[in-house]
This record gives sequence, C-alpha cells and structure tokens, in this order.
Amino acid sequence: MTFLVYSELDELAFQLLSGAREIADQLGIEVASLVFGNNDENYFVYGADIVIKPAVLEKFHADNMKAAVIAAVKKLDPTVVLIGATKRGKELAPKVASMLNVGCMNDCVNIEIGDKNKLVVERLTYGGSIISRQSCESVPTLITMPQGIFEKNEFKRIGESIQITVEPIVSKLRVLEQRNKPKSSVNLESAQIIVSAGRGFKAKEDLKILEDLAEALGAQIGCTRPISADLGWMDQWVGISGKKVRPNLYIACGVSGTIQHVAGIRDSKIIVSINSDESAGIHGISDYSIIGDVYKVIPALTKAIKEAS
Amino acid sequence: MRQVVLLKDIPDLTEIKLNSETRAPIVEGVKRKISDVDKRALEEAIRLKESVGGEVIALSMGDEKTKTALLEAMAMGADSAFIVNEPGFKDIDANATCKVLKKALDHIGEYDLILAGEMSLDSLGSQVGPRLSELTNLPLITYVKKLELSSGKVKAVRDLEDMDIVVETELPALVCVVREINEPRIPSLMNIMRAKKKPQMILNADSLGLNIDEIKTNSHVKILKVWAPKVERKQIKIEAETVEEAAKKLASALKSEGVLQ
Repeated sequence: MTFLVYSELDELAFQLLSGAREIADQLGIEVASLVFGNNDENYFVYGADIVIKPAVLEKFHADNMKAAVIAAVKKLDPTVVLIGATKRGKELAPKVASMLNVGCMNDCVNIEIGDKNKLVVERLTYGGSIISRQSCESVPTLITMPQGIFEKNEFKRIGESIQITVEPIVSKLRVLEQRNKPKSSVNLESAQIIVSAGRGFKAKEDLKILEDLAEALGAQIGCTRPISADLGWMDQWVGISGKKVRPNLYIACGVSGTIQHVAGIRDSKIIVSINSDESAGIHGISDYSIIGDVYKVIPALTKAIKEAS
Repeated sequence: MRQVVLLKDIPDLTEIKLNSETRAPIVEGVKRKISDVDKRALEEAIRLKESVGGEVIALSMGDEKTKTALLEAMAMGADSAFIVNEPGFKDIDANATCKVLKKALDHIGEYDLILAGEMSLDSLGSQVGPRLSELTNLPLITYVKKLELSSGKVKAVRDLEDMDIVVETELPALVCVVREINEPRIPSLMNIMRAKKKPQMILNADSLGLNIDEIKTNSHVKILKVWAPKVERKQIKIEAETVEEAAKKLASALKSEGVLQ
C-alpha cells in the first residue's frame, strides 16, 4: 500500500506530503512523490519514502502530467493518489481517474482515517456552506486538496529515487500565447490579517482608505468577486471560486456576505464586518460587527488601531 | 455547427433550509434552476450559433422537474433538449455519470463542440468535463473565459492562477467555461412561449442500452453525511454614540483577542 503525492507547485506538494506522511504513519504505509526536476532531497525532507522521477517532460503540459501520473500509478500501485487542487490539478485528477475507471474527490478540505482504516474526506458543497463527508471504494482513489490544509513539516526521511520512463503524449492543443499574470505581492492564503472590500465601495480610488487600514494592521487586501471579476479593481478575490483564506483576522468592509464569499472565509479565526446595511448576511457570521458607513468607520478604525498599538 | 451543452439543474442555493436536528440541507421541494456556470456555457453556445449558424442541443441528467430547467434553456436559444431521466442513476458518482453522458452523446450523434461549466455549484466537483474528454477522446480546454471559432478551429483564452493561456485546437472539442465568460441573457416572453414547442427527448437506461447495475458498480464515491457546520461566531454588535468610539471599542476588542500583529 502506498500514498502517491503530486503537485506541480513544490510548496503545495510539500504540504500534501507532510499531511500524507502523518496519515501513512498511522496506517503503516509508504509515501511516494512524483517529482519533475531535480528537487528530490526536499521531498525526502518533507516526508517522502520514494521519489518517482519521470524522464524529462515539459512540466505544465496537461497530457504529459497525466501520462506521468498514470506511469507512476502503474509502477507503485498506490491506494491513494493525492494531487494539489490547483486548476491544473483539478483537471488532472478526474482525467487520471477516468482512465483508471476509479473515483475522484476534488477540492477536499479534510482527510482522515475512518472505519476499517478507510480514508474519509470532507468537501464543501452547495455553494460552499455545507460539508459533504465522503469515502471512495476504488483503488486507487484520486483526491485533490488545496493550499493551506496541511502545514509542511520536516521529517527528514532517507528514501530512494526511482526513474520511470513516460511515453509523452502529443497534445492536441497548440499554445499560441502565455500571458503571465502580474505576480501579486499578495498571498492571501497565508495572510494573517486580511481586510476585504465589497460593493460598499463606490469607486476604485476609494480603496485608499482600505489601504491605509491595511497598512496600520499589517494586513493584506482582498475583495469580493464583483470587485475583482466584474470591476477589475483587484486581480484576485476571496470566495469559493477564488481564494479560500484562513487568517487570524478577516475584516469585511462593505461586503454583503454571499454564500460563495462566506465559504471562502469560514476558517478565519476572527471575522469582523463593517456594513451600513443591518440586514447584510455578513453580520450573522461575524464575531464583531459595526453597522455603519465604511467611508466613515474605516478611517476611524485606522486611527484607533494606530492608537491601540 | 452542432453544439451540445451539458446543463445541470440544481436547487436554488439561497432557498435551501436545514433540518434543525441534523443540520442536513433539505433540498426536496426547493425550486431548481440551471447551475449558473452551466448557464454561461449555454449562453456562449447560443452566441456562437448566432455568429456561425447551426444547432444547440441541451443535455442533462435529471428527473421530471429537469424539464422546467431545460425549457428555460430552450427559451434562451437551445434548439432541443435531451434529459436522461433514470431513477436507477440517482446519486451515482462522477465516474458513473460520465459513462451515462458518453452514451447520451453517442445517442445524440455527431457534434462539433461540447460546452460545459467548470463546475456545478451544488457538488462543486469539476469532474464532468475532464472525464468526458477522456471518454470521448476529444481535446479539452478548461477554465475558458474567451472563446472564438474560425475555420474548423476553436481558439480560447484559459484563465489559470498564474497566467492566461491562449490555445487553439481543431474541432470537435470539449470546452469548460468559467463564470467570467459572459452574462447570460434573460429570455423574452415570446421566446418562452416558443420554447414550449421545441422538442424535449427523454432518455433512460433502456433507450441508451445501459445496464443499471453495471453503471452502479462503476460508482465508487459514497456520500456518508451532508451537513452545515454550526457557525460558532460571537456575533457581537458594537454600538456607540459615535463612529470614533465604535472604532475604539473594536480596536480594543481585537487587541484582547490577540489577533493584532
């Protein structure tokens, strides 16, 4: 029995590996990592017993990732294939599952050992407000998990690297252009404090008051989907279709609190809402609320925070 | 051009109530509608049809009530609809569902483009598009926010976390769209009336030549429990005479919580 872990992002792979390591130790099984490139040592550090290295393939080519995972599955016969739930990962896992005629559970937020040592996962459903606890009968089972569920831990294993050959697949897609998104200086997933803008803001320039508050708090700035996707004021949003965050403090400013947004902040330690609409759903899921105009409350809060510290 | 759009009708998420004891969602009897992202896949198909001509076919797995959702799809501009209504397929997982959908696609016949949403908003599974691309052996383009057709080719802008990627492939192809791709139209009263005359075809295990038990043995994922976690929040309303005072109270509360850096 083996746990096979893969993500095209090293950092996410290390987190999943560390999580898999702890589960594997309880079950007395091995953990293997599929690794492109020459980063084996780090994978042993974060918990791998085995590193599977495919002969050089272009890393981000979806069909080659699929071919490599399939080759690793054939080599190791794993019980579980745990893949990072990036967009690429969530496409990869069901493709591999389909080729193997097995089950797949995408975007799991928890994984634990259930009855008879079967793995049980939890996923968000119905817009993200409801949890579905699931298990899967097939071997292997494909599971994807996003960033921030497991913390990476150093186990410093000594393991072996195994080379496998992978038949490259000629992609039917031609890449015409790649436009890197501006590297956001913001990493919302790992932020300790987030201040977030909703439709209570009337103009992009008005975000200045939020930036001042963020500076006073040492916070990162997030927003709701309409602010980013519809208005384009920021490049990433918080919510079920955007970033799922888990800061110590989340201050929602002028945010109404849709199911989709709330699902993205539910793991925050403390949630604060500032909204002039008393009936806004966000107040009902907050620890502290101020019913008031963001344009007045935010500058006052910035001042109060500066004085309090 | 013949396009098939995969649609799922799901309970209206804002209408779902919870069982007071188990906190399980009560979906029976809740009004259903086409999952939002799927609706945008349909809108895109209709726009493509309006520019290059052809036919748009809606395909759903569902039940008797799904007819209403597909009526809306036809009011928006789909020409016909197929519903796989087979009680034996209720609650099967994505692996089994896609085997059924593959058969339904075979039944529909030739197609140039299959469109779907990146995920349905009830199960949030993101599996049907990728799995069907394997079963149909079609090129797959996921997370599409812009789509163009030209001389037998489809060109798309994919929206990934770190980059936008412009890709191209020959038809037939399978495309999964994201919510940003368009704003779906609201059908006119006239088109709602016209939709009632458009054909809806019901498919089941028999007409698809599928064995229910065999499909079920390919369904591996079991749902053990579904519930809404209790939101344990303090829900303290900060009240004060002035905004400044409220802000001070909040700042000091946050300080005592130990969440300020």
